Parts: sequence; structure tokens; C-alpha cells
Amino acid sequence: MSYSITEPSSRQKKVAGSLVILYAFITLVPLFWVFMTGFKTPPDSISYPPKILFTPSMEGYVNLFTTRTRVSPERLQQLPPPANFAEEIVRNRNMVIVGPSKYGERFLNSVIIGFGSTFLSIFLGTLAAYGFSRFKVPFKDDLLFFILSTRMMPPIAVAIPIFLMYRKLGLSDTHVGMILLYTAVNISLAVWLLKGFMDEIPLEYEEAALIDGYTRFQAFYKVVLPQAATGIASTAIFCLIFAWNEYAFAVLLTSGTAQTAPPFIPTIIGVGGLDWPAMAAGATIFLLPVLIFTVMLRKHLLRGITFGAVRK
Amino acid sequence: MAQILIKDLRKDFGDFTAVHASTFTVEDGEFFMLLGPSGCGKTTTLRMIAGLELPSSGEIHIGGKEVANLPASERDIAFVFQMFALYPHFNVRRNLSYPLISQGMKRSAVKARVQEVAKILDIESILNKPVGGLSGGDRQRVALGRAIVRDPQAFLMDEPLGALDAEFREHMAVELRALHERMNATTVYVTHDQLEAMQMGDKIVIMNEGQVEQFGTPQEVYNTPASLFVADFIGSPSMNLLPFSGSVEAGASKVDLGGVEFDMPVQREHCDESMVLGIRPENISLTDASSYRSRVLATEYLGTSQIVTLETNHGAVKARVGSSFDVSVGDQTGLAFDAGAITLFNAQTGKALQSVLHEGVSTNG
Repeated sequence: MSYSITEPSSRQKKVAGSLVILYAFITLVPLFWVFMTGFKTPPDSISYPPKILFTPSMEGYVNLFTTRTRVSPERLQQLPPPANFAEEIVRNRNMVIVGPSKYGERFLNSVIIGFGSTFLSIFLGTLAAYGFSRFKVPFKDDLLFFILSTRMMPPIAVAIPIFLMYRKLGLSDTHVGMILLYTAVNISLAVWLLKGFMDEIPLEYEEAALIDGYTRFQAFYKVVLPQAATGIASTAIFCLIFAWNEYAFAVLLTSGTAQTAPPFIPTIIGVGGLDWPAMAAGATIFLLPVLIFTVMLRKHLLRGITFGAVRK
Repeated sequence: MAQILIKDLRKDFGDFTAVHASTFTVEDGEFFMLLGPSGCGKTTTLRMIAGLELPSSGEIHIGGKEVANLPASERDIAFVFQMFALYPHFNVRRNLSYPLISQGMKRSAVKARVQEVAKILDIESILNKPVGGLSGGDRQRVALGRAIVRDPQAFLMDEPLGALDAEFREHMAVELRALHERMNATTVYVTHDQLEAMQMGDKIVIMNEGQVEQFGTPQEVYNTPASLFVADFIGSPSMNLLPFSGSVEAGASKVDLGGVEFDMPVQREHCDESMVLGIRPENISLTDASSYRSRVLATEYLGTSQIVTLETNHGAVKARVGSSFDVSVGDQTGLAFDAGAITLFNAQTGKALQSVLHEGVSTNG
């Protein structure tokens, strides 16, 4: 039987494949558990031993999006028949829907703040990275170090100064405040990652564009940006994941108008006992945007991670 | 097409001077070679002509217009990069169209012009392919196409054949020269390969350490090198350089080399410092009639000729003789030099001494 030095043998492939599957299994089980819990009834969700097989219920999702109040069975009898499946589920627990919950709003806040700060980080980061990569900037290395140094402590270490500052500036609990904050944290990452990508793009492409009659900005926009798409996409994913999942600042600086989903989801726990299905439902929905965004940019992300490892 | 005039062009990078006051002229329609070893400033010079570097001082005129401080986009020149620099996210057609679109040319006119250029370069069949999968030769043709599509004032090429393998390079060199004959476009071509420069160029500028060493036709730089550097750089094997001490008067037509007198072109310059006698291998003949003795160290048979390495009192000398000439290692023989082909150099300055032969040789165009 012939064998190749570079091509892995079928046994090696099997071992590698099993390891990957095992790892994927370990990482996916908690997610899968959250996903399943979202479709359990509250009693099922806390039953012991845990139920693998159960009758799916929308109760978690209904509870997530509504506020309810308990009424007496007599009162329940007098009400007109339930208008939809949600009311029916709620009435089985001797409750009525009195209005929507805040989850929708909080989720929307997360979207605005998460994507807003990602866009701003990438926009500013790309321009800064291009400048650092291509121009003679005075004190370039010191500036780059300074930018990186903002990441040398956990951002939460400066939480109290920021809290006081934001109160004075009126930025507490505003969308703009949170977007600025997450942008400030993400931009160092964005500049450094994107500078690496820009450095890899040969200068000749821009020079060719300059000679072909384009201005510096047109060369940047039409030639460099498409080349940097991979880097921009993977940097955007990292920025979004940070801004999307950030909890500590969100707890500290937001309470109402601009509160994001992460600090909101745990508050569900306090409403009418331990409502695990509602929390799991909230977490499941919360995962979706990042999941969709990552899948959309997946091709770029894979290339981004291995970028520069092998010379083309 | 246009004439390019370079005057006292200089480029400093901090303390390092990449190009010292260079002056030369590229005539309209000329295929002009910038030749020199790596780091000699030839690429910097080309980039200054293109507008990709701004000169520290000096003038650049393209077609009578002073452009030294204009951005590249306003100079109306085309540049062929060593690594081609085709836009990787476009296909061949868009790469070729791109310089035209920037000028605001109409879509239909762009299409017609691209078709025309594709036909000249024989790349019509790959117009719709992405540039990523092209062979080296096709990339080269597309890069040339992008240069000629706009019909610019001049073409600037930075070692465009450097990225190709040896066999294909030969082929492309011929193709490139043929293209030049056809378009008759002013071309400035940077190379470190002296054979390429001799083969393709109408004129050659030889640079070393930021200085222009010599400026002239391939024949001039080969037959009458202006400096030791040029003598050594041009030709393969290079010119034999025999150091000796003595003195030469203006008007002398004989030189004394270790007690043997050789005829040489009439000198115009006096020199009594240590000197170097330069003679090309093909201007040496092996003859027992000469009293300048040597011993054969090695022979290399090349088919059409053979290179004989000989040991003399002034170091090893290579002679090119007919392939049928009978010679073997260890033979003792005399050497005769063609009187008209001798160049003397001042060993201190490295410059050639002026003689009848060197009249009109230019170190600065």
C-alpha cells in the first residue's frame, strides 16, 4: 500500500475526526441543554433525574415575552375563552397576561448597542489601522503600544471612574454611552488585528491603483478594503461577541432605557419563582444574532484565523 | 509617447542617500534600461519617475512637463510591477478596464479598447477568468495589458520578468521587445540582469550605490566601460582587469605591462598612479609569438567557443577562443591583446582613462 508523507493516513483521519466530534459534543451539550430547557414546562425543568424526553411546551417563551398576574379560579371562570395559545398556557397556571415583558425592548437595545459599537469600532479601527500600516506616523510604535495598553487591565477595573464620569456627562443608561464605551474597549483590538491584516496586503495594489489614475482614498476604498474584507469580518465578529455578551458594565451603567439583554435575563428569575424555561428561552433567542452573524461571515472567519500562516 | 528628462535627481531616506544627483534622458520611443545590482537605487529612481516616491531634490520632465511633485495619478504613465500587482478581487477584464474607468471613459469604449488590447496580447480567451488561477506568463500579459490599455506617455517596468522562471523569461523578453517595436512607446525598464539589459535595451544606464556609472548604448557600455564597476558588471565572463603600476602619458599608444609592451588606443590623459588594464576575453588570443607568458589553468567548453583560464603575473585571465582551438591544462602560452580593445583605468578613482576609444562616453547623460 502506498502512503504519502503529507497526507494523513486513514487511521489518523479517524482519530482526528473522533477528537473533533468529541470536542464539538462537549461544547454543544450545554447549548443544547439550554435550548431544550426553553421548551420544557417549569416542573419538567427542575425535575430530578433530569428529563431527556419530555412534552415540548411554549410556556417558557410565553413567560419570557409577557408579564402575568395570578387570579383566583372563580375569576378565571368568568373570563371569556382564551384568545390564543399563549393565554391558554398562562391560564393553566391560574394566571392572566397583563402586558408584554421588557425582553423585546432589552433585546433591541442589545442589537442597537452591539451592532452600533461593532460598526464604530470597525470603521475607526480600519482607518487607524490603514494609517498605521501605510503612513509614517510620528511615534507610531508608542501610539500602538498606548492603544494596546488600554487592554492591559480588565476594563471593569475602571468601572467606578467611568460610572462617575458617565453620571456627570449624562451618558448613564443611554445608547450612545454604551456604544462609546464598548467602542473604546474594542477599538484597540480592532486596530491591532486590522493592522496585521493591512500589513499583509502588498503595497503594490494601491500603487497600481494610484498609477491607474485613482486618488489615495479611492485606492483605499476600491482596492484595499475588498482585500481586507477577511480581516474586517473576523475582527467584526470578535467585537460583536464582546459587545453582545458584556455583562458587568451593562449591569452597572444601565437600568432602564438602554439596558441590554444580558443584565435583563437574570432578572426573570425573580418573577414568580425560578422560571428556568423563560430564562433558557431568553438565552436561546439572545444567542441567535451572533450565531447568524458568525455563520454569515464564517467563510471569512476561517480564512481570517489562518491568515498569514501560509504564504500564498 | 514622450521624452523623459531626469536632472540632478536625488533621494534621501533619513541619513541614507539612495540616489545621488542622477541625470539622464530617455528619448521618445526608446527602450531604456536602468541596470545595477540590488540596492543601487535603480528602483528608487523608477519610483520617483512614477510618482510613488517624491524626490528630495531634482527635476523630472515627462513630455516637456515638470512632474517631480505631481501625484502618480496625474503623470499619465503606466507601471508594471515585479509581482504584477493585478487586482486579485477582479477578473482579467476588470483589471484591464480599471485604468480606463478612472478616466471616465464610456462603458462601450472601455469594452472595445479592452478587446483590442486583449487581442494584441493574445489573452482574449482568459478575459473572464479570475486572476488568481492564471499562470505566470498570463499574469505577465495581463499586467502588460493593464499598462498599454490606457496609451500613456511612458511605460515604467520594475523587473517585470523577475518573477518568471528562466525558460519563460527568455520567451517573454522577446515578446516584450516585439511589443515595444510595435507600439514604439517610451519605456523605462529596471533590471539587475545585465544580459536582459543588453538584449532588450536601446540605451542603458548603469547605477551603483546611488550613482550613475555610465549611460549609453549596449555597445558603448560593453566596449568602452567608463569605470571598473561597469567593466566588471557587464559581460559574462566579465572584462579581465589586470592591475599594474607604471605611468602613461597623454598621447601614448603603448603600455608597459610587466616588461611587455602592448599597443593600445591613443591616450588623452596622463596617469602615474597604480592602474588597471581592462581587456574583454574575446579580445585575447593565445599565441606563442607574444612574450607575455601564461599557463593554462582550466578550460570550459561552451559549444560555440571555449573559455580558457590562464595564470599570468597579473592574476588570472580568461580568454574566449574558438571551440576547435587545441589547448590543454598546464600548457605554457603567450597572450596577445587586440590593440583597439584595451581600456586603462585609474585604480584609485575606478574611472577609465580618456583615450581615442573613449571619446563620447558618457557618465552622465
